[in-house]
Amino acid sequence: MSMNPFCEIALEEALRLKESGRASEVVAVSIGPAQCAETLRTGLAMGADRAIHVEYPGTLYPLSVAKILRAIVDAEKPGLVILGKQAIDDDCNQTGQMIAGLLKWPQGTFASKVVLDEENKVATVDREVDGGLETLCLDLPAVITTDLRLNQPRYATLPNIMKAKSKVIKKVTPQDLNVQIRSDLEVVQVTEPPKRKAGVILSSVDELIDKLKNEAHVI
Amino acid sequence: MENLTSVHRLLKHSSRNLFGRRSNRKIFTSIRSLSSGLICKPVQISEHFKQVNCFQRQIVSVHVGFIRSFGVGISASLPRVQGNGFRIHHRNLASMASIPIKNQSFATVNSDDISYFKKILGERGVVQDEEKLDDANTDWMRKHKGSSKLMLQPKDTQEVSQILDYCNSKCLAVVPQGGNTGLVGGSVPVFDEVIINLGLMNNIISFDKVSGILVCEAGCILENLISFLDNEGHIMPLDLGAKGSCQIGGNVSTNAGGLRLIRYGSLHGSVLGLEVVLANGTVLDMLGTLRKDNTGYDLKHLFIGSEGSLGIVTKVSILTPPKLSSVNLAFLACDDYSSCQKILSEAKRKLGEILSAFEFLDKYAMDLVLKHLDGLRDPLPSSKHNFYILIETTGSTESHDKEKLEAFLIHSIESGMLTDGVLAQDINQASSFWRIREGVPEALMKAGAVYKYDLSLPPEKMYDLVEEMRGRLGTAANVVAYGHLGDGNLHLNISTQQYDDSVLSKIEPFVYEWTSKQRGSISAEHGLGLMKANKIHYSKSAETVQVMTIIKKLLDPKGILNPYKVLPMNDPKNEA
Repeated sequence: MSMNPFCEIALEEALRLKESGRASEVVAVSIGPAQCAETLRTGLAMGADRAIHVEYPGTLYPLSVAKILRAIVDAEKPGLVILGKQAIDDDCNQTGQMIAGLLKWPQGTFASKVVLDEENKVATVDREVDGGLETLCLDLPAVITTDLRLNQPRYATLPNIMKAKSKVIKKVTPQDLNVQIRSDLEVVQVTEPPKRKAGVILSSVDELIDKLKNEAHVI
Repeated sequence: MENLTSVHRLLKHSSRNLFGRRSNRKIFTSIRSLSSGLICKPVQISEHFKQVNCFQRQIVSVHVGFIRSFGVGISASLPRVQGNGFRIHHRNLASMASIPIKNQSFATVNSDDISYFKKILGERGVVQDEEKLDDANTDWMRKHKGSSKLMLQPKDTQEVSQILDYCNSKCLAVVPQGGNTGLVGGSVPVFDEVIINLGLMNNIISFDKVSGILVCEAGCILENLISFLDNEGHIMPLDLGAKGSCQIGGNVSTNAGGLRLIRYGSLHGSVLGLEVVLANGTVLDMLGTLRKDNTGYDLKHLFIGSEGSLGIVTKVSILTPPKLSSVNLAFLACDDYSSCQKILSEAKRKLGEILSAFEFLDKYAMDLVLKHLDGLRDPLPSSKHNFYILIETTGSTESHDKEKLEAFLIHSIESGMLTDGVLAQDINQASSFWRIREGVPEALMKAGAVYKYDLSLPPEKMYDLVEEMRGRLGTAANVVAYGHLGDGNLHLNISTQQYDDSVLSKIEPFVYEWTSKQRGSISAEHGLGLMKANKIHYSKSAETVQVMTIIKKLLDPKGILNPYKVLPMNDPKNEA
């Protein structure tokens, strides 16, 4: 099981903050079935200090994830929560925003640049929006979700994977966190878009005109 | 003949040095029979160079080669030769890079021929457009350029047969062409040979899901076949960097190797049948789809690897392995070449049946790729390593394979064979690792001029050659090495800003002689083409070459199929 690419970028950013001295510890969290432990091992190999695995084998929706993360934030009390902007399996793009809402923390989503000022306890975030770039100043603690151009994640090298085997992955369940997992959403149907018809290669202009006239009826 | 005088004087001088006091008749007789007509009358030295023109330099070098292999003791005079005549010829050979003499018995294309071709192929099949011809006349390396005025594009075997029947009767030389991605100048005309491009014959004829046997026409592009098979749950047994352009007919005709040879073997094993058109238009239907068929001589093996000189492949029947779901890729680093070899033997033992690729590149290759190709980064930037290895495993069970690979890698690091490494976590990481290895030829082209050598050597000795070349060339050139370490195949590339004869003279024939001494192959997978047409003796005995020449004469008596390539030059006068 591989890490969601946007989450990889988030983890990379967290590691860079730690390496530059602005953060003291990086904790990686994952919610899901047993395979999440592998993903967390990769995260530890990349450089995270600790990992927490919330085991839940069933389907998860963004609000449930946000509630679980809120419970963990209440326990751990981090100065910054950083996540990928969306997961590439459901493309919801909701979890980060929901956590910020639940915690009543400021949020900087689609971050393409993050600068932390620990003296004044603010984070300056450049956001990628449709019109271009928007720069926000957020009071810490805050929630940041990462976009593609923020950084290029490092590879988890084998010596680090070996070292990571000794790092701790704490296991908890949603019950431990007093979170009820229930969903107001039900997926009714998933279908592929209709297949695009193949193009036709023509060999002369006359043929093209003929097809446009008689088949496509556009001239 | 007229322009021989000055050269003649030179040669007389040199030949006197070369062949000294020895009576040379015996040598020349044997040379004659071996080189099949380079010299027709073994009597006097001056007569030998009669029909030479620009060809004499090659003769000199061939003589020297043969003399060495005969062990005739002319070595005593050789040092002197090297001081005088031989050096001159050596330099000339370097600059000429073997341009052969045109075979005068070939006809030139005239308007009657063109009308005939238009009649059988239609307007679309006859290409005389200058731009398209320019492309078709130039090879991928841009080192060889022909001057053909006509390209034909048949759309089925019947048309190919008609073309060849006609060309054979009119004595028109032809060059079969596929994707034109060959690296030894074998896919482009030397002079004005008619190009027969099979690109329009790109139909997939059939695919059997149960046996995995694919039957298709020769003009199918490899990448298209890979995509088609992907949908069916199979893969092609070969994979190479040129897959986006190369065609299966060309792959078969050159016995292409590639990245997966270590797992799936060579095309001699995976091709089950061929349909080939001979020089006189005869269609040989050997398109079997049987795994086992021991009825008579297995002729298809003659055509696999013959580089279009014995017949044109029009259909291929090939066995395709099933696509296995679990593919893992590791990018590794180690400090010295002996570690690379240890890792190879460990990998074969520990990874065994799941090993599907084992490639290496040295740090010069890595630097070049990172410098010239965009969007690539060093997977192991923490320190500079000397050698990089790419190991790929393909198996049916993800967890089993990953466990095996991780255990192997961790053991290798703990025992010190590996200094660092990365396991690709997803398909994006995997393709970026492959891009690094597959991008080296492209990066070399961007870096300027490149002298390319594709050698098979005993694995222990492989890197010794690279270091010796570095010693010889010093700062004059960048010596880059990479290749299919798992198959003992080294791609030695010497990169310079521009083509430079002084550099070439330090490389050739040293690299061929070195390889020959190790009983290696001077062309592991690229073939001989035009570039190495006269160098076969470095890797094959004289008797073997003689039998090859007999077969060529048998299947293509007029020599119209891809002339001037593969085998040493035939004396045109001997054809009659």
